[in-house]
Formats: sequence, structure tokens, C-alpha cells
Amino acid sequence: MGKLFAIILTIIALASAYPIVVHKYVQPVDISTHGHAIDEQLSDTMAEAGFAFLGAQLLLAFFVWKFSNRKDGSKVTHLPGGAKLMVATAFILVGTEVLALGVLGQKAWADVYFTPPKPDALQVQAQAGQFAFYFRYPGADGKFAPLHPDKIDEGNGNYFGLDPANDVDARDDIVTGELAIPINREIHLLMHAKDVGHSFYVRELRIQQDFVPGLDLSLHFTATQPGRYEIVCTQLCGLGHYNMKAYLNVLSQEDFDKWLKEKATEQ
Amino acid sequence: MEETSVQPAHVHAPPEGFIRKHVFSLDHKVIGKQYYGLALVAVFMGMTLSWLMRFHLVWPTAKVPGLDLLSPAGAPGGIITPEYYLSLLTMHGTLMVFFVLTNAPFAGFGNYFLPIQIGAEDMAFPRFNMMSFWATLAAFLVLVLAFFIPDGPPISGWTAYAPLSAVGKDAGPGLGWGQSLWAISIAVFCIGQLLGSLNFIATTLDLRAKGMTFMRMPICTWAWFITSCIALLAFAVLLPACLLLLLDRMAGTSFFIPSGLVVSDRLQNHAGGSPLLWQHLFWFFGHPEVYIAILPAVGIVSHVLITSMRKPMLSAKVLIYSMLSIGFLSWMVWGHHMFVSGMNPFSSLLFSFPTLTITIPATIITLIWLGSLYGANIQITSASLFALGFVSMFVSGGVSGFFLAQPSIDIYLHATYFVVGHFHMVMGVAAIFGILSGTYFWFPKMSGRMMNETLGKLHFWITFVGTYCIFMPFHYLGIVGNIRRYSSFVNDFMAPLMPLHKFVSIAAFVTGAAQFIFLYNLIHSRFRGKPAPDNPWNATSLEWSIPSPPPWDNFGGKHPVIYHDPYQYGVKGSKGDFVMQDSPEQLASG
Repeated sequence: MGKLFAIILTIIALASAYPIVVHKYVQPVDISTHGHAIDEQLSDTMAEAGFAFLGAQLLLAFFVWKFSNRKDGSKVTHLPGGAKLMVATAFILVGTEVLALGVLGQKAWADVYFTPPKPDALQVQAQAGQFAFYFRYPGADGKFAPLHPDKIDEGNGNYFGLDPANDVDARDDIVTGELAIPINREIHLLMHAKDVGHSFYVRELRIQQDFVPGLDLSLHFTATQPGRYEIVCTQLCGLGHYNMKAYLNVLSQEDFDKWLKEKATEQ
Repeated sequence: MEETSVQPAHVHAPPEGFIRKHVFSLDHKVIGKQYYGLALVAVFMGMTLSWLMRFHLVWPTAKVPGLDLLSPAGAPGGIITPEYYLSLLTMHGTLMVFFVLTNAPFAGFGNYFLPIQIGAEDMAFPRFNMMSFWATLAAFLVLVLAFFIPDGPPISGWTAYAPLSAVGKDAGPGLGWGQSLWAISIAVFCIGQLLGSLNFIATTLDLRAKGMTFMRMPICTWAWFITSCIALLAFAVLLPACLLLLLDRMAGTSFFIPSGLVVSDRLQNHAGGSPLLWQHLFWFFGHPEVYIAILPAVGIVSHVLITSMRKPMLSAKVLIYSMLSIGFLSWMVWGHHMFVSGMNPFSSLLFSFPTLTITIPATIITLIWLGSLYGANIQITSASLFALGFVSMFVSGGVSGFFLAQPSIDIYLHATYFVVGHFHMVMGVAAIFGILSGTYFWFPKMSGRMMNETLGKLHFWITFVGTYCIFMPFHYLGIVGNIRRYSSFVNDFMAPLMPLHKFVSIAAFVTGAAQFIFLYNLIHSRFRGKPAPDNPWNATSLEWSIPSPPPWDNFGGKHPVIYHDPYQYGVKGSKGDFVMQDSPEQLASG
């Protein structure tokens, strides 16, 4: 029965690795300037983890095949090198891996989090609330008016809590349900949560960041391919969580200007 | 001879009457079985909830007969609503993490076997021990009560992130009394675990028999001891966190709720709190909790493997030091659950390094297991199969940790099924394999009867293949970007992944069904199994030196004296290839 274990484990290990090796399940296309670093890190880690996975499973299978239910009286023996060899192997193999992955991986993280947005980045505010995203563009004056939570009135389309009656800056703010952005221009996304925690995730942008109530965070990214992509909430936010989504629309600069003008007239 | 402790005189008289013997018992063995029984009820409940979730995910409009009777609002006409899906998910996670993975391998087996393995008659504080179980049972009943209240069970996940969990029913169904019951249940659970872990520590330190030095304690005793040190610190943080959450919910405080929140069109009357505070407190407990679940299983599996291999580990000492390092590092890594939470991005790097480092002791443990199998004479039993399966699962779940430990990759994989696959394999399935291995191994001692090996092996094969079929595809789903905690994938990006989801669901139904083979085996063997000898596996540790089942004071009034390390296998002893720990025979030198 030890041999059966070895055979089944070998099949499981190879079958588990197969879809990865043939790239059956892969990330969707990357449309960001920083995403390739994340993808490379993911693929390097996959190679190392795959090696460790297959190595350990096949070794386990082999040893169980060879050393189970042996004849009575067969003497047990010990691995030459013993525990010292194991400890040294773990330190050398995994220690190197930890250092390599840990140090290399910092670069991809730094691209996203340690570089400030460019001064000419387009600022857009994103608000997450149960169960929709809304986006706000500052309008002609380039200024976002302050928010007044007590003025939020979704029935009348005041999703952010703007007060145009008393606030001059609020009068030209443009509020939309989709995030349209110009291609190849950095976007500085200011994130605001209206009620509970949410998250902003665009797979193709390789970006994920929580919205935290009471903590206004920001993100910056540049999209390099035109198209329409799903923005989804990935932080459990209540009964409509599964359906909380919006679209990211990457447009040429001209199309974006046209779109923004149209939206401005709709306000 | 190193320092040893002296046994105290009897601390309590033999119990009389059914209630004192089997219900409000002070006997650690009865309490251990009570914990195990509670975990058994909880695991079948948790599994049923996962069946309902897997059913709903692939057949979202199909009816579940009878479910509308349990929850007319959550499943009208038997069709699961999105919010009820979240309730199932929340209750599944809470039941499994707290009432199964903490209860069975740690509180259950630990209670039963830790005192016996160190040669003690009972725990240091039997009354605390009884209180700890009854607190845990009360916590369980309070949690399950949430299914039967009009508001329904909570929907904020087992992590109960604030402010969703804190602002009350404005935020949605289940977040009124359902969420309060959750917080009360977990707070009471913490009290039970604090009493239990304190007891484990005191017992290990004070009640070891003559000759039972620290390094002569079996590996699983060490694992329970290390786990109890972790649990004492971890639950001491979760308890106040739950109390603060309750205060936010019921007393109008604002520990976790900032100002200016508009929930369901109502401006909330709170100001000054921080949602990240909850996440820090929760994960400060939550990550060590992973080790509370897995370390006892590591100990149990090592114990079973050594007996099955008929030889000691390459080095028990290295294994123990590795477990200690994991226990130590487990306090420095909680922030890896929060890479994209909005905490300072510099701290992500600081949390990433210890997380990657923890793979070193974990790899040492794995290599010690693998290296020890070399040259062994592995006896294939249900217990050893589950132990070998555990090693395989521990590796599979461990390697996916490499990805998630890196903040840069976590940007993409966070909150996807990759994470779900990772923690189910390394924490859920692996720990359950540890529990099952321990069950097949110790059942003869606990009940005085053998389990059916044929059924046990059948149970193993279906469970082993089945769990891989369920959880390996989760990683593929995660790589494509399939998000967790969604009740439906029908109309979006994830729709093309439905065939894979169907495969997973079918695997889950089959694997779950196989657990009834185990349940049948357990119950049938308890009453009809072959009578078990005292030492059916030719093992060396103290639990095998006493009758099956053990008398109420474990050693029948005798005080065992320990002469050897716990694992004298592959030697020539008077009974075969082993010498028991309390046997005064001299070992042949060399």
C-alpha cells in the first residue's frame, strides 16, 4: 500500500504542476507600466516554488515507495549526513531563496508605493460605498471641493456630499459612475470610503488597494492599452459585495477630453 | 540527571455518578473527549455550510430542499440569497478556525494526552480545565444561536472587519444581533482558551514525572506546550479586541469607527476610531492562530510517523527548536495580512522578511521528516497514511506562502482564491489530516477498541485525492484573478471559470461524503470494534504503558519513572525493536 501512496502522490504532483507548466491559467493582459515587475516576480516565485513543490512531493513518494512495509527483520538505517545535512540544506536553499525573493521583490513594491505621483498626474477621486464606486474629476478649476457627509443624498445624485449652493469649487466638479482615463498618462487616484471598508482592484492594472473609512489613501498608475476593464471590490463590504463593480475606460487623450466635456454638460 | 518535578498527591477523589464522571468531569481525559466531540459536531456543521456554498456558487438558482425552514429570509424557497451566502461563509470560517482547528488538535488531544505523556495524573488545575471546556461549549451555542434569530447570522466573514462589523444593522442583514452574538461567542471562547493554555503550561512545567526532563518529552507534548504559550498571548489580545467591538456596537464608543460615515443614508454618530486598529488586533491574534492550529498537528504527525517508521527522527531536538522558532517568528508577521490595507507601505517590507524567514524552520521540519523516512520501515496504517498525507499537504500549502509573503505579488493575489487555496491547504486540510492521523492512532487508547483499518484506508484515499482536487484548482483560479467571498460569478470576468468551479464543487461533495465513512467507523468501532491491547502499535511513550482505556488516575496509583528518550526504536528491547520510556532496561551501547 506504500507503493500505491507513492504512485498516487506522483500523479497528484504532476497533475497539479501541469496546468501551470502549460500556462493554462494565467493572469489577464497587463496594461500598466509597473505590472511587468509584478508578473516577473510572480513567475520567478512560481519557478522556485514549483521546484520546491515537485522536489519534496516526489522525494516523499520515492521514500515511501522504497521504505514501506519492508520484510520483517530488515534493519532500519539512517540518512548519511543526518539532521545537520537537512538544516544546512534548508538554510542554503531557502535562505538564498528568501533573500533573493525578498530583495528582488522590493523593487516591484517600491514602483507602486515608494515613488510619489508625478506633478502633472491627472487627479481623480474615487469613492467606494455599499455597493458602487463613484468617481470625481475636479473640473475646470482643477480643485476638488470639500466633502460634507451630511449632504450625501443618493436619491438626488449627490453621491459625494457636495454643496454647490455654498461652495464655488463644487460647481464644476464632475461626478461619474465609470473611471475614464487618458492612455499613457499617470493617474493619481484619491481614495475615499463612504461607509465601510472596500477595495479597488483592476486585474489588468495589477493594482489592488483597500478603501479605509477615515483614512484617505491614494494610488498612482499609468495605463498603456486602450480598452474597458472591470474595477471590482475585493474587501467584503456587505450583501452586495459580489456585485460591486465599475469600469475603467482607457481612452486616447482626445477621446478622454471629449468624454469629460460631455460629462461636464450632464452635471 | 537533569532537574525533575515530583508528583503531588491525589488532588481529587475518583468521581462518582454519571454527571460527575461524564458531564461536569474534572478528568482531563473526559474533557479532552468533550473537546473532541464538540469539534466533531462543529466540523460536520462547517462542512455542510461549505457544501451549501459550493452548491450555490455553481447552481445559483437551484433550490436546497428544507433550507427555507432553517432560514425563511436567508433562503426563501430554498434559494440562497447573496447575504445568506456571506452568512454561511462567516459561520463556516468561525466554526472551522475556532471550534475545529483550535479545539481538536490542541484542546482535545492535548488535554487527553499531555498529562499522560509527562506522567501526570491530571492537569495542574482540573477545575479551570472543566471551566475552559464549558466556556467553549457556551461560546459554540451562542454562535450557533445566530442561525435562529430573525436577523440571521453575521455576514462580515470570520475576520469581522470594522466598521462593517461595528456600525450595527445599518450596514446590512446579520449585522445586528447576529454580529453581536459572534463577538460575544468569540470573547467567551477566548476565556476558555486562556484557562486551557494556562493549564497546559503549568502542567508541563510542574507535573512531569521523575526522570521526565524537557528533552525526554515526546514531540507532540512539546508542540502542545509551545502552542499553549502562543495561545496564552494570542487569545489575550483577541479577547479585549472583541470587547472593544462589543462596546462600539452596544455602548456607542468609537474604537474602530471614524467620523463622517454614511451607512444606509444615515450619518453615523461616531468619531475618532480606526478600522485599521481592528485589523492589527485581529491579525496579531490571527496569524499566531495559524500556528495554534498547525503546530499540534506537526507534533501529532511526528509522533505517529516515528512510531510507524520504527526509527527516531533524524533529530528530535532540531524539530523542537524549529517549532520554537516558528512560535517566536509567528509574532512578527501579522502585517502580511494587511499589505494592501492602507498601513504604511514601509512596514509591509518589515513584515515580509520574517514571513519569508519562517519558511526556513518550516523547511527544516519538512526535511527532517523526509530525511527520517530514508531507511525506515514504514508500517502503512490509516494513521501513518494520514501522517504522510499531512507532510504532502504541508508542503503544498507551504510553497504557496512564498507568493503571498511578498507584498509585490500580494498586490495582485490578495483577496483571490489563491489565498483561500493557500490557507485551506496549510491550515485547514493539513491540520485536519493531523487530527485524523491522531484519531486513528490514539482511538484504541481512548476507547479501548480498534478502529476498522479497511474503512480507515478507504477514508484516506478519497480524502487525500479529494482535497487536492478541491484546493489545488483554487490556486489556478487565484492566478486568473478570481475574487473570494463573492456569492456569484455569473455575469462578469469570472464567468469563464465556471467549469473549474463545477469541478471543485463536485470534488467537495464527494470528499465531504467520504467523511461519513469516518464518522461511521468512529461510532461503530466505539461500540463494536475489536478490543484494543495496551500497546497496539508497539510504541514507546507513556500513554502506551497503561491500560486501554486508561484508569481515571492514568497510572493506577503508581508514579512512573522515566529512563529514556521518548523514541527508542530500531533498538533491541525485550519486547521487540523498541524500548519504552519507563522501562528500566539498559540500551545496548552503540
